[in-house]
Amino acid sequence: MTYIAKPKVHHPSLQKNAIGLTRRDYEGAMSTLCAGCGHDSVTGALIHAFWELDLEPHRVAKLSGIGCSSKTPTYFLKNAHGFNSVHGRMPSIATGANAANQDLTYIGISGDGDSLSIGLGQLCHIIRRNVNMLYVLENNGVYGLTKGQFSASADRGSLAKRGEANPFEAIDGAMLALTLGATFVARSFSGDKEQLVPILKAGLKHKGFAFVDVISPCVTFNDHDGSTKSYAHTREHLHEVDDVDFVPLRKEISLPADAGSTPEVRLHDGSVIRFRRIDGNYDPTDKDRAYSYLRERAKSGEVVTGLLYVSPDSLDLHDNNKTVKKPLTEVPYEELVPGAATLAKLQKRYR
Amino acid sequence: MQPTDVSDPRYFHKVVDCQWACPAHTNIPEYIRLIAQGRFTESYMLNRKSNVFPGILGRTCDRPCEPACRRGRVDGKPVAICRLKRVAADYRDDVTPYLPTAPTQKNGKRVALIGAGPASLTVANDLVPLGYHVTIFEKLDRPGGLMRTNIPSFRLPAKVLDEECGYIINMGVDIRYSTPVASLKKLLDDGGFDAVFVGSGAPRGKNLDVPGRYDSDKIFIGIDWLESIHFGHTTKVEPTVLIIGVGNTAMDCCRSAKRLGATSVKVIGRKPRKYFKASPWELEDAEEEKVDILEDLSPVRFVYEDGKLSGMEFERFKSVEKDGKLRQEKIDNIILPADVVVLAIGQENAFPWIERDIGLEFKDNMPVVDKATFMSTRPGVFFGGDAAWGPENIIWAVEHGHQAAISIHNHCQGVAVTDRPKQGQNLSSTKMGLHEWSYSNDYSGAARAKMEHVDLTKRLTSLTMEVELGFSIEQTKAEVERCLNCDIQTGFVTKACIECDACIDVCPMDCLTITKNGEEPELRTRLLAPAKNQKQELFLSFDLKQTGRVMVKDEDVCLHCGLCAERCPTHAWDMVKFELFHPHAGEKQSCSK
Ligand SMILES: Cc1cc2nc3c(=O)[nH]c(=O)nc-3n(C[C@H](O)[C@H](O)[C@H](O)COP(=O)(O)OP(=O)(O)OC[C@H]3O[C@@H](n4cnc5c(N)ncnc54)[C@H](O)[C@@H]3O)c2cc1C
Ligand SMILES: Cc1ncc(C[n+]2csc(CCOP(=O)(O)OP(=O)(O)O)c2C)c(N)n1
Ligand code: SF4
Ligand code: SF4
Ligand code: SF4
Ligand SMILES: [Mg+2]
Repeated sequence: MTYIAKPKVHHPSLQKNAIGLTRRDYEGAMSTLCAGCGHDSVTGALIHAFWELDLEPHRVAKLSGIGCSSKTPTYFLKNAHGFNSVHGRMPSIATGANAANQDLTYIGISGDGDSLSIGLGQLCHIIRRNVNMLYVLENNGVYGLTKGQFSASADRGSLAKRGEANPFEAIDGAMLALTLGATFVARSFSGDKEQLVPILKAGLKHKGFAFVDVISPCVTFNDHDGSTKSYAHTREHLHEVDDVDFVPLRKEISLPADAGSTPEVRLHDGSVIRFRRIDGNYDPTDKDRAYSYLRERAKSGEVVTGLLYVSPDSLDLHDNNKTVKKPLTEVPYEELVPGAATLAKLQKRYR
Repeated sequence: MQPTDVSDPRYFHKVVDCQWACPAHTNIPEYIRLIAQGRFTESYMLNRKSNVFPGILGRTCDRPCEPACRRGRVDGKPVAICRLKRVAADYRDDVTPYLPTAPTQKNGKRVALIGAGPASLTVANDLVPLGYHVTIFEKLDRPGGLMRTNIPSFRLPAKVLDEECGYIINMGVDIRYSTPVASLKKLLDDGGFDAVFVGSGAPRGKNLDVPGRYDSDKIFIGIDWLESIHFGHTTKVEPTVLIIGVGNTAMDCCRSAKRLGATSVKVIGRKPRKYFKASPWELEDAEEEKVDILEDLSPVRFVYEDGKLSGMEFERFKSVEKDGKLRQEKIDNIILPADVVVLAIGQENAFPWIERDIGLEFKDNMPVVDKATFMSTRPGVFFGGDAAWGPENIIWAVEHGHQAAISIHNHCQGVAVTDRPKQGQNLSSTKMGLHEWSYSNDYSGAARAKMEHVDLTKRLTSLTMEVELGFSIEQTKAEVERCLNCDIQTGFVTKACIECDACIDVCPMDCLTITKNGEEPELRTRLLAPAKNQKQELFLSFDLKQTGRVMVKDEDVCLHCGLCAERCPTHAWDMVKFELFHPHAGEKQSCSK
């Protein structure tokens, strides 16, 4: 937290994107989080991702629950729509918003407490419905906002700041998402923008629910020795499976020299996610392998990062529900509210 | 790249662009902060310590600091450093209690200074307090040198000059007016001095030997003409005046002509405007007074009608720039009318009073003087100011004076002149609270304050009415906040950094990057914002603990806003005040880190 606002001046060479905006135009209010909080870095990465994708801020809706992480939508895209929901209830608000207007880009920001403790049920259902959005879980293993109690993602045996060990098993958001049929699952680290930014971009462009579990250390309550969510511990146990490169549609796609060993996934809009394999033959389109791989690595205490799974032919909420292909605001009133006679006709069908 | 060695005072000094560019290394950001706090007297005294003549320089300095000022790279206009110096002088209280004084116990050494210009006066300023008996020999009947006789009073009022020369002379300098030194040999042989300093300036204006030069008494040499105006020998001028030359002397000549009654005044340059020697602000001031500034004209001859000077003929050029080189092609010849022509095409040194057989070597009619010690080839004879290497300006004359005084002190105390006190630095944290600093770190977007001038018709009626009104308190309040406090440095402690990226994300100017180390030219291209300004340094940390990468900072456009330090959870960054110790005569290294 700081007393002064970030000055409006910028570096003389600051670039504009295709829609004439600089990265600074994607910022929000000055953060009030603790200095060094991982969540601020995730905010920084999101600003890069939105800018690089040339997205119009006013065509974005930011949703969140409660928590330090859930405060962060205020700190980016000041010109976007926003909704700060009740603790753990962001998924239902997001589902409703998306149902009504599928033309906006949706981003949900949540915490491990918000998503895996109080909001676990909500999360399960939004995954199941494959709502088209990027869902970022800023994972620090604690309830930061309420002063550092263990959350449901805290590893068994991880030490609290005062020294006591967590007695319970952790819920792994990424594995949960895989089991529930998520169509895009990734894990990254707030301290590694080179990996995080392309993943966020791919997630924003994925059609369907893109779940990104970001290890995002709480410097104030969970960055000490003995914590398994500290900067140092995360860096020591990081295990990158693949290196993601997101190639948007408007860029010419040139194949790298080792194209054969570089799997690609083409998204519905024609953009491409390209992987550089780091770990042998990890295949992010093979869900079963992904699941067993994650379990194996978790046992040895490793934090697997990268794009873990993506389904190129995902069908989202609207596809499955066969809803009208435009925002409800654009559906003529007579069609949207066809009147009592039509309703009566409809009801008759179910008698 | 190697980690940056911040224990060498040059690293942080260079970050303070203005102070680095100032020949006397005036502590500019600190004096601006003192003004901001309303501590004008302290600000004046801090200035005086380095540049000796804050009131004079606050009006006349060539201000090399301003083109260097970081603020210019941030919003296009540097801080009005020079005129803030005048603010300190204008609003100060009586400074006499704080001025240096001569000790009652003298050290028995006698030093002669030739000329009472800024160079000699600075030597006196530094040596008298150390107990030296200082004698100044001055050709004229008043002190100040060219500051007195050539800089017109409408730019520099006599009162300001009198005061600041007086502060030095009144310490007890033995000053002999109207006493030109006619023979250095005699002074050395018979004077009984332990050291002699030559601060006699570059007193000769350059001549222009073209046909008709000697057929009229209405053709003048610029610096002589200004001197005769100063002494009241010239009190009016004919209506049409041509000034040949576009340096600072030409600007003072044309503006003086306007005040002496000329109605048409043209200044003639041989090259296009961007090559003119005069500072841009002096050209603007002249144009404001309706002086025409013409370019691409080269004098051919003086033109006469009925034996009377009537004009001057010029070759007219067309200028084209190719590959950064200027090419001038002749178009035709033109004649411009003139009743009076003033030649302001430069100054030369002249030492008719220095014998060439006294062990003092000359080369191309200039004395051979060591660049670091200011000593000639005859031990005990020192040079400084315009006399050393040709015409410069006041602030250089002052710094020459400081450095020569160190040498003279060494020489008189039997220490080698090359054994000079070293620069040092003092570093101290400015942290006051969680996000509170002992300086005003918030960036102000204010535009540079504009100096107000006396109404045009009013000012042209007088040779002595000062044109610039100085900054008001309101202007001052806004202008001081434009300073970025470049002396408040971003200090970095590698081992404390946990690589959380907080500083990088918050920095408004994209100064910071954590990346793999590499060779500097390649590293410069890999930063968050490419570091294209090669004149600005990169700071490089040691290898970071968690990933072995390095923290890199491009100093170029850092606002010194402290946000990086506020966002740093481990205080790896701190805002650290840098004070340069730039020693003067008799000062020992007072501080290290
Ligand atoms: C028209 C004009 C305008 C200028 N404007 C500016 C300006 O705005 N800002 C700026 O920074 N600089 C300006 N300068 C330059 C500046 O004035 C000089 O660089 C500076 O004064 C040099 O100082 P000095 O001490 O070396 O010598 P000077 O100031 O030249 O002083 C030398 C003194 O030595 C005396 N002297 C010479 N020979 C002898 C002798 N044999 N015996 C005894 N005494 C002797 C002279 O009478 C004189 O008083 C200007 C110069 C000119 C000509
Ligand atoms: C219904 C409800 N229950 C409890 C709380 C108290 N509360 C606020 S934030 C929070 C935990 C947030 O943890 P997390 O989502 O991990 O966010 P972090 O602060 O760690 O980023 C809790 C329990 C609340 N605000 N509302
Ligand atoms: S308490 Fe923890 S999670 Fe919350 S802002 Fe501070 S460091 Fe971040
Ligand atoms: S901003 Fe201030 S400290 Fe920095 S160079 Fe300019 S005057 Fe000097
Ligand atoms: S002080 Fe720090 S945050 Fe501010 S511009 Fe400089 S490096 Fe960036
Ligand atoms: Mg949390």
